[in-house]
Amino acid sequence: MTTYPSDDFAIHTEDLSRMFGDPSGGEGVVAVDQLTLDVRRGEVFGFLGHNGAGKTTTVRLLNGVLAPTGGRMRVLGYDPVEDGALLRRYTGVLTETPSLDEQLSGRENLAIYARLYGVPEAAVEGRVRELLEEFGLDARATDLVGGYSRGMKQRLALARTLLHRPTLIFLDEPTAGLDPVATRRVHELVTRLSRRGGRTIFLCTHNLMEAQRLCHRVAVIEHGRLVAMGTPEDLARDLRHGVRLQVELEACDPDALPLPSDARDVHWDAEANVLSLWVPQRAAIPDLVASLVAAGCRVYRVAPEEPTLEDVYFALHEGAAGRAKREPEGATGKEPVP
Amino acid sequence: MSQPDRPGRERHVNWRAIHTLALRDLRIVTRSKAVMLPMLIVPLIFVVAIPAAVGFFAPQMAAGGELDDFAQFLEMMPASMRQRFAGYDEAQIIVVAVLEHLFAPMFLIIPLMVASTIAAGSFVGEKERKTLEALLHTPTTDTELFLGKLLASWIPAFLVGLGAFVLYAVVVNASGWRVMGGIFFPNAMWVALVLWLAPAAAGLGMGVIILISSRVSTFQDAYQLGGMVVIPVLLLVLGQMAGVLYLNVLAVMLLGLFLWVIDAGILWFAIRTFKRSEIIARL
Repeated sequence: MTTYPSDDFAIHTEDLSRMFGDPSGGEGVVAVDQLTLDVRRGEVFGFLGHNGAGKTTTVRLLNGVLAPTGGRMRVLGYDPVEDGALLRRYTGVLTETPSLDEQLSGRENLAIYARLYGVPEAAVEGRVRELLEEFGLDARATDLVGGYSRGMKQRLALARTLLHRPTLIFLDEPTAGLDPVATRRVHELVTRLSRRGGRTIFLCTHNLMEAQRLCHRVAVIEHGRLVAMGTPEDLARDLRHGVRLQVELEACDPDALPLPSDARDVHWDAEANVLSLWVPQRAAIPDLVASLVAAGCRVYRVAPEEPTLEDVYFALHEGAAGRAKREPEGATGKEPVP
Repeated sequence: MSQPDRPGRERHVNWRAIHTLALRDLRIVTRSKAVMLPMLIVPLIFVVAIPAAVGFFAPQMAAGGELDDFAQFLEMMPASMRQRFAGYDEAQIIVVAVLEHLFAPMFLIIPLMVASTIAAGSFVGEKERKTLEALLHTPTTDTELFLGKLLASWIPAFLVGLGAFVLYAVVVNASGWRVMGGIFFPNAMWVALVLWLAPAAAGLGMGVIILISSRVSTFQDAYQLGGMVVIPVLLLVLGQMAGVLYLNVLAVMLLGLFLWVIDAGILWFAIRTFKRSEIIARL
């Protein structure tokens, strides 16, 4: 039996690239640039990037609907280029726009896709009914989708993604344009699918709170290039060494405060009497409190804040913007991944 | 769902998927008034309004000297076909010449138009409605997608053509009853035309348009470019009116065979060149 190096991974790519247009004419656009990543089976993997960063193109490549211009990949052990149709039996894709037939009812939309995804005919009706109920659409099942709200369309598109119980699910901006209640329902669904179903979820988003909340690991891409990959906590630790502190004090002279010499981003909020600053490590906190007390400051509250994925993302984005300025246009050297 | 088996590229064509795709497109088309109205109105003009007028007003047309306009058409007609007119008065000649002969090539336009309208919307229309991407992410192969789209255009074209033919036969016999004194239509040439040549012509138009529509950006572009496939049919109409070409059973069968061969060539070419990767790159 042939062995596949990516069998432990749901997704494995090496230098995956996709260029559009004519590179020889100088008009080529690199949408995905030498992307190398692994997604483990059963994990929720966040794929972060701005609009146009290459997220949707990556999903199309991984699901075998777009051919790469360079590199290699394996998805669920298949080569998407050669075995795209077979692979797609086991993947479900929530596209960026709901991509529903608005002249058809919700039930008709699901029944058609159930058949296209190979759900046995005897199971189609039951599967459709089950999902309509699960997504709260059963009362409007026979209405034309054109009359659905945006949230209902997104729920129906999500239901369509799950019709054939896929092993690997690509969710492209699943909560874009949804209200907080609908967003929360999507988040609960992702968590449920991952925990109970053991499915692998590839979540494209630019919602950083969403990624931090849902994802085991994340990758950040800029202009098609991978700029960081790891758990949200690891990335935050690697990129933003130290801890952000909020210290509430009795009114005092901020210039007279005994602050460590390596503290950064120091800010004094005179109205709230709150000092915020970065210190290199958590161990610096007791010393800081001791020196403040010794200096006669009355300390009411000390609140350390771990860096968030948002801090990481903006730090990476600023770094990428700086690199883009320094590099000549069209440079394609691979970025080091922190 | 269990984990996938190891890759195996051998795969049979999934007719269930093709059938589902075709039914889906048909359901969408039949719910669109913008598509359905022209598809019904134009055939009704060709099938009901004009033939009824010719049948009813043939005596007045004969009295007004209209037969002179058909002189060249009748003179150049092969002797075997001219026998059909033996013993007819002028009104009867007008009815048979117009409704049995001159209308024959025009009847190819109906299935061609139906096929073209549906086919033009098949991919570009989906692009415009933003419904194509989800479809491309399904496990259907490129061949299955193409065949599904093809049948969604061809089946209604064939059925509308057949229905129009039955209606035409009723209208022609009813409106011509007074002049002809009984049922005179259809003949073997018309049966061959409707069952053999018209489906082949629809297949040609639709294959060309699907190929075009997967490569252009708007429904209008596809429809206008695809409109060129009507040109050969118009040449056929002009050829018959000018007395250059006369449709009889043999001519219809040979022309049909020729078109079916071209259809097969287009199908072969289309299946080999129809790539979802190229379609999605244009989304």
